Amino acid sequence: MDSEHSASVGSPAPRSGKEEKSDHPAIQLIGIEKRFGDVYANRNIDLTVKKGSIHGIIGENGAGKSTLMSILYGFYHADGGQIYVNGKLEQISDSQKAIAIGIGMVHQHFMLVDNFTVLENIVLGVEGGRTLAGGMNRARKELQRLADEYALDIDPDALIEDLPVGLQQRVEILKALYRGADVLILDEPTGVLTPAEADHLFRILEQLRDQGKTILLITHKLREIMAITDEVSVMRRGEMVASVQTAQSSVEELAELMVGRHVLLQVEKEAATPGKEILKVENLTVTDKRGVTLVDDVSFSVRAGEIVGIAGVSGNGQSELMEAIAGMIRASSGKVLLNGEPIGVTQKADAQQLRHKGMAHVPEDRHRTGLVTKFPATENMILGYQDLEKYGSGLFLDLGAILNETQSYMDDFDVRPPDPNLKVANFSGGNQQKLVLAREMERDPDILLVGQPTRGVDIGAIEFIHKRLIQLRDAGKAILLVSVELDEVRSLSDRILVMFAGKVVGERDSAASEGELGLMMAGINQQEEQKQGEPS
Amino acid sequence: MSAPLAKLPKWVDYGLIPLLNLTAALLVSGLVVLLIGENPLEAVYWLVQGSLGYGEGIGFTLYYTTNFIFTGLAVAVAAHAGLFNIGGEGQAYFAGLGVAMACLALDHYVPWWLTFPFALLGGALFGAAWATIPAYLQAKRGSHIVITTIMFNFIASAVMAYLLVNILKQPGSMQPESRTFLEGGRLPFIHEVLEWVGIKIEHSPLNLSFLVALAACMLVWALIWRTRLGYAIRTMGTNPNAAIYAGMNVSRLTLITMMISGALAGMLALNEVMGTQHRLLLDFTAGYGFVGIAVALMGRSHPVGIIMASLLFGMLYQGGAELAFEMPKITRDMIISIQGLVILFAGAMEHMFRPALIRLFVRMPATAGAV
Repeated sequence: MDSEHSASVGSPAPRSGKEEKSDHPAIQLIGIEKRFGDVYANRNIDLTVKKGSIHGIIGENGAGKSTLMSILYGFYHADGGQIYVNGKLEQISDSQKAIAIGIGMVHQHFMLVDNFTVLENIVLGVEGGRTLAGGMNRARKELQRLADEYALDIDPDALIEDLPVGLQQRVEILKALYRGADVLILDEPTGVLTPAEADHLFRILEQLRDQGKTILLITHKLREIMAITDEVSVMRRGEMVASVQTAQSSVEELAELMVGRHVLLQVEKEAATPGKEILKVENLTVTDKRGVTLVDDVSFSVRAGEIVGIAGVSGNGQSELMEAIAGMIRASSGKVLLNGEPIGVTQKADAQQLRHKGMAHVPEDRHRTGLVTKFPATENMILGYQDLEKYGSGLFLDLGAILNETQSYMDDFDVRPPDPNLKVANFSGGNQQKLVLAREMERDPDILLVGQPTRGVDIGAIEFIHKRLIQLRDAGKAILLVSVELDEVRSLSDRILVMFAGKVVGERDSAASEGELGLMMAGINQQEEQKQGEPS
Repeated sequence: MSAPLAKLPKWVDYGLIPLLNLTAALLVSGLVVLLIGENPLEAVYWLVQGSLGYGEGIGFTLYYTTNFIFTGLAVAVAAHAGLFNIGGEGQAYFAGLGVAMACLALDHYVPWWLTFPFALLGGALFGAAWATIPAYLQAKRGSHIVITTIMFNFIASAVMAYLLVNILKQPGSMQPESRTFLEGGRLPFIHEVLEWVGIKIEHSPLNLSFLVALAACMLVWALIWRTRLGYAIRTMGTNPNAAIYAGMNVSRLTLITMMISGALAGMLALNEVMGTQHRLLLDFTAGYGFVGIAVALMGRSHPVGIIMASLLFGMLYQGGAELAFEMPKITRDMIISIQGLVILFAGAMEHMFRPALIRLFVRMPATAGAV
């Protein structure tokens, strides 16, 4: 499944690096332990990262990868164990110290000041001197040197907000290099990138490795590991379960190591048999307060018994499209019809009314939107449905009825632990997502809007969630799926729409190749261009 | 990947922690008393003796408690919706007008128990009305409710002063206050009520509105944890995005919650105007509205906690007055600083002892194992 990817990255043969330069490994962790209360986030972790190598750390959400890296970068203190950097025992008390000994971090969410220039962001915190001018000039020269040395071209005077995401990430990398980092930690670096941008990033990383830098890549995407790393360490439930040479491993083996059992990576499903049209979106446009068009004249329809997937890089209007259809935000023009009836999408349709009419919605972000994590499972199970008659008479809620129903939903979706009175914050990510899915799917909706159904969910739960979605489709329900995981869209959808800059740039069936979809996600539609090209 | 929040046993959370906080506050207060050369133990004695040691003292303590329950509940209801209503003072002040109008209009003609529902309604309506304007401005115009409610305290103060000086004042009187209500406009004192059934207790301003306060606690508890409205209020207060997602009308909820909050604050006027003073007078709210913030904070916005916290502040008010009388070196200002310390330890630093206690007690429910 990663053939196109590794092909574009280059053959994996010349991965010798320069590891023989020194006897000491760049990073050596021995017996690292970290507990939160009684729960081990990291338990007796040993890790050796060779100098001048790209070392992947892979594991499910909650496996302890981020905690381990936070310890290495000085955000957390380990309860036990030693950290050796270049063979020297170090106490990394805070991130200042980490930077001082040459460890740099590129965060998943960029830590940049949007309305500062590239140069200003790079010197932030290390301005050097009381006045800016002198330091800035030195910084400019140094930045130029770094850019030349690592082929990381960038305009030092560009404003961050004007740069595409890929370049913003480059600024983050330059920031770390400017501070003298020899070891770069990248936390889920490709989450916000198109496949092409990701490939470019990988080339940069290889370049850095060949210049002698050491790179730690944290990810949950197996094929990135296969495409770029020299060695990979697998974490599961706070423990380091294996460290292997990437070239001698396989996607299947790594997946099994991550989960601890054999997993199905491909969704099994039969061809769809679409029925009548459930949802019709006509010329929908959404603009925000500043007048920026987020969703631009989008039209499509979803029929009963099919899954329509919307692919695209995060932030290209998918979220707003979903929220407008679900009645959470107001569209500025256009029409949405549910079972043939317009839902008043320009006046901000009543989300609760829509639910009663058969539109269920699993939001993209379960913590921010889909759940009240401080409430117990019971109270989350009626969110959005709290006014249904079965949950009480008149003003009062019928707690008994809610408890019983929650219990049966939890059984049906195999939520663990099956305790309806447990605060939602105390469930794992996968189980939280199952709670949201149970709430929305058990109400037997005509159409299910589902955003990022498996974000931050472990592989075992992903398998379960995908199966339930296919089951719902086979039961004759319409599903509109938004996901930034292209694999997920491809394996679940019967039809795929690709969004770029608020527009639907094209529609493909599920057989479309990843390369083609990847190009469309960058705004290039080859089919259309061919058509336009033909008459001339 | 964040540390799961440890859950303490309930008795630690709601019993031991407040007790520790209170002890710490009293210890620091004791140091202050030592510093001015007085005996802290003697001070504690007078504080307790003054508030709980004799019938009249208990009456006064409970009378103050009544005020704090109302204003505490007002802040708590708003807090559940994520709204910080610091306008309880102004809402209660303005509500005094509603209570006084009912009493002035009816006291000549009907007995107190017929005036009572109108006064109750008048206070609730006027208090709610005064909270509605800031609520509307927040819901529809985005003006922050902390700013507007505090501004409305000043407006209430000015409006009431104008009304008392120019309209409600009796002809020929120099006092900016309304006429004193007749029997028909007075809520019976508890000592009067008990006398009807043959029990004699010492006289105090404690009146029937104490029972209204306890009833209000019940109602607020039911509202917040048992009704659909309460569910919506808590959802909005805990995760506003989830409220929008669930299709709750956030502006309407803001309005309704603030009206309930204002009405509760308005009940303070029932205790003061109809129950104790029997007239509308300048500044009868005397800062009780603000203490309500501390009470709600300390009582964790739960009615039971609010009753306990109100009782504590009632004791500090009454016992403090006695203490200032018995030990002249401890002035009124000292008492206020002791109250301040209690607020500091019980409110602002309420989590100070938490980490240590967690280490001591917790057997955390292991975060649900991954599937």
